[in-house]
Amino acid sequence: MSAIIQIDHLSKRYDSGTHALDDVSLTIEQGEILALLGPNGAGKTTLISIICGLVVPTSGTVRVGGHDIGSDWRAARRLIGLVPQEIALEPFETVAASVRFTRGLYGEGPDEAYLESLLRSLALWDKRDSKTRELSGGMKRRVLIAKALSHRPKVLFLDEPTAGVDVHLRREMWQVVRDLRDAGVTIILTTHYLEEAEDMADRIGVVDKGRLLLVRPKAELMKEFGRKQLRVELDRSLGELPPDWRGQGLSLSDDGRVLTYDYDARAERTGIGRLLADLNARGVGVRDVSTRQSSLEQVFMALLEENA
Amino acid sequence: MSAINWPSVQAIFHHEMSRFFRTIWQSLASPVISTVLYFIVFGAAIGGRIQSIEGVAYGAFIVPGLMMLTVLQQSVSNASFGIYFPKFSGTIYEYLVAPTGWVEVTLGFVGAAAAKAVLIALVILLTSFFFVGVHVAHPVWMLAFLVLTAVAFSLLGFIIGLWARNFEQLQIVPMMVITPLVFLGGAFYSASMLPRPWDSIARFNPVLHLISGFRWSFFDFADVPVGLSLVAVTAMIAICLAAIRWIFATGWRLRD
Repeated sequence: MSAIIQIDHLSKRYDSGTHALDDVSLTIEQGEILALLGPNGAGKTTLISIICGLVVPTSGTVRVGGHDIGSDWRAARRLIGLVPQEIALEPFETVAASVRFTRGLYGEGPDEAYLESLLRSLALWDKRDSKTRELSGGMKRRVLIAKALSHRPKVLFLDEPTAGVDVHLRREMWQVVRDLRDAGVTIILTTHYLEEAEDMADRIGVVDKGRLLLVRPKAELMKEFGRKQLRVELDRSLGELPPDWRGQGLSLSDDGRVLTYDYDARAERTGIGRLLADLNARGVGVRDVSTRQSSLEQVFMALLEENA
Repeated sequence: MSAINWPSVQAIFHHEMSRFFRTIWQSLASPVISTVLYFIVFGAAIGGRIQSIEGVAYGAFIVPGLMMLTVLQQSVSNASFGIYFPKFSGTIYEYLVAPTGWVEVTLGFVGAAAAKAVLIALVILLTSFFFVGVHVAHPVWMLAFLVLTAVAFSLLGFIIGLWARNFEQLQIVPMMVITPLVFLGGAFYSASMLPRPWDSIARFNPVLHLISGFRWSFFDFADVPVGLSLVAVTAMIAICLAAIRWIFATGWRLRD
């Protein structure tokens, strides 16, 4: 993969003194889905707003497809589509007219065949002549996506695409995003829903207090930071946790038949072998063993606490 | 390379004009009804007591002033609302993230606002034919003054729309500045009719120069030299363009 976006030492300080971004450097590869996670006010929206041209950076550079967003802004912006966080549409305009208008802003002539395929792919074709004010919230979001894709961008920014959207529609949106990625569009999304990032992203970036704490492939991040839990079902009750096991991440169910062990998957010695050997030495048989990976939410919270 | 993105100019122009045509009857009815009322009040009721000005019947004399009054009001309100509404609704982001610069955005919005104002002014001219006999001495210059004035005040309206943070601010400049300037600019009288020193003071009113030049194109006489009127309107266009360029370059009230 080659880089589609190159961000170097990007900072943004507002007149109020707020340091919204602090020396952020990041390379985004073509065709990937990058999820930017972070609490409110972390700087996620500022970062994508700078790349898209809505916010002027204080220092640093951004290149999109090799074009500098300052000196070669027209070429850079032609490659970008943005779906904003807030639903902003002209209420009296029809869906088709709205999408045609955005395409025109990007200097593209009418292409009715593409318009039809785009609206069909977003399940909006039947609503093409409806005024946007007549649409449901989910449909309005899809109209925003259609507008952002109207000029066939290479990079799509989705700022909190499923904020306030119900679970069913959220999953529908995720499918749309995956289809776009399969079509070769690079996608950068900000989200509060960790489930969203966990489900969709190839890489995850964690932003907090204007700093990019890390960017890793999702699987690597989960492996590196994820704690695992071992659940051991015993053939008889242990009664209570033996005193020499206490304080080592072990706990016992009320009936004494299920032992759980929290361990660090990254550690050279996880302690699982020793635990099973101990059980054997005590004459306790094992009926079943299972493991569970900690969720991205736990990983995320751990990272934020680490950098607090 | 910063060649003008013409399709985007066309898109904005078409977008703005389609809003006008969606409400074509309201857009035309209001200024036409106002003009008819002006003709009844100033032309028939008061005009009957005024013989003529510079040999022109009073009813005909006020036609250029009425057209200018409408052009100024329509240009300012169309252009200011045109750019303010996307700011209000949040759709302004579309213009800011697209490969469209200040030239395209200004051409699109101001072009549409000026076109609407010129169209309405021409409808008013047609309406006036039903009330008074009007002869246009210099039709090409009449159109030139009409278009230049519409562009100049659409640019001013565009700046007001960029500046405004709420609907009250959007209304205050047209109400407190434009309308008084038009009434004091000789829309319904010749500046020479004013007593001293007001006749001299009135010459500092830029709108007087516009109305005077426009009236010259109808009746072949003017309060101020026609060349000066042209300089005034051209200067206004240049100043407004410079201000708009600065606003987009700095992102004032547009970008964070």
